[in-house]
Amino acid sequence: MKSFFKENKVAILLLVGAAALIFVGLFRSQTSAVLSKAVRICMECVGLG
Amino acid sequence: MDEKKLEQNQKDPGKKKTGRSGSRRLVIQSIAALIQNANLKGFFTGKIYTGTTKKVCVPGLNCYSCPGAVGACPIGSLQNFLGGLKFRFPYYVLGLLIFFGALLGRVVCGFLCPFGLLQDLLFMIPFYKKNRFKVDRFLRYLKYAVLLVLVIILPLCIPLTPTYCKYLCPSGTTAGLFLSFANSSLRRRLGKLFAWKAVVLGIVVVSSLIVYRPFCKYLCPLGAFYGFFNRFAIFRMHFDAEKCVHCQACVKACKMNVDPTKHPNSMECIRCGDCVRACPQSALEQGFGKGHSGKTKKEMSQNHTAEL
Repeated sequence: MKSFFKENKVAILLLVGAAALIFVGLFRSQTSAVLSKAVRICMECVGLG
Repeated sequence: MDEKKLEQNQKDPGKKKTGRSGSRRLVIQSIAALIQNANLKGFFTGKIYTGTTKKVCVPGLNCYSCPGAVGACPIGSLQNFLGGLKFRFPYYVLGLLIFFGALLGRVVCGFLCPFGLLQDLLFMIPFYKKNRFKVDRFLRYLKYAVLLVLVIILPLCIPLTPTYCKYLCPSGTTAGLFLSFANSSLRRRLGKLFAWKAVVLGIVVVSSLIVYRPFCKYLCPLGAFYGFFNRFAIFRMHFDAEKCVHCQACVKACKMNVDPTKHPNSMECIRCGDCVRACPQSALEQGFGKGHSGKTKKEMSQNHTAEL
């Protein structure tokens, strides 16, 4: 277990950092911004305008 | 037993073993693609899914305007934040991308990306194959330029224009094809932009018949991003140089043209596992928590020089 943490310390640090970023995003309601974009057809993405 | 395997391998080092793991990957890819595109009725109605699961970005390249999509595209969402009228730092999307990268690296490309699955299926079609050529090495850098210029810089400079999605993304074009098949009002709006994107998609499809995963190798910004994490991700490859007999079977088996004995955690490796299965000595293994405790070829040669 100890060696797992030792050999994956960079990944674990990145995962902790990523979790922190996700929580900040959730706190700032960024999921709503993602949702509002994702539930409408993106005309540029599908090549219509 | 090992000697028998080695002898057989020396006769035909490039021969791919018939492994259950190869077809198991195809099953996992298909299940992942189905889960990410579970709104099957959308393909018939020409309408996209509007449920709350679209708050979550999927790990692979899957356009959120695809009628089947039940999640959000990470690259599209990233551009939406960067290219808004008012700049907002994309904490949530970037956090998810780093999370997927730190945990899996390019396992996402090999196992979870629906567009990767499409390219794998196309490469299985019997056709002229040319997977190794001179400019391949240089073309690989293109995807980093796509990530930097089309996904980050241009959306920051030109608000409300998701440059990558608009001008390049073939996943969006397939979404457009599905939508326009089922929805006549959208079909009437097809114009020059769609024609351009159809040409890009056509080039990707035809080249996928010849080259293994050309889009992943040369253009995918998501693959470029996850590639940075391959060295550090929890899921890694381990090469034991002491077991290696230098038969080159792994190098010949790798369709991404990586040498796993030199770079087991290369940015280009999509973790398909072909090299692991090809190795007659089990010198390669991959999985969660596979560390760097084994000696690499470079370390072995350094030790050898020191001994001399």
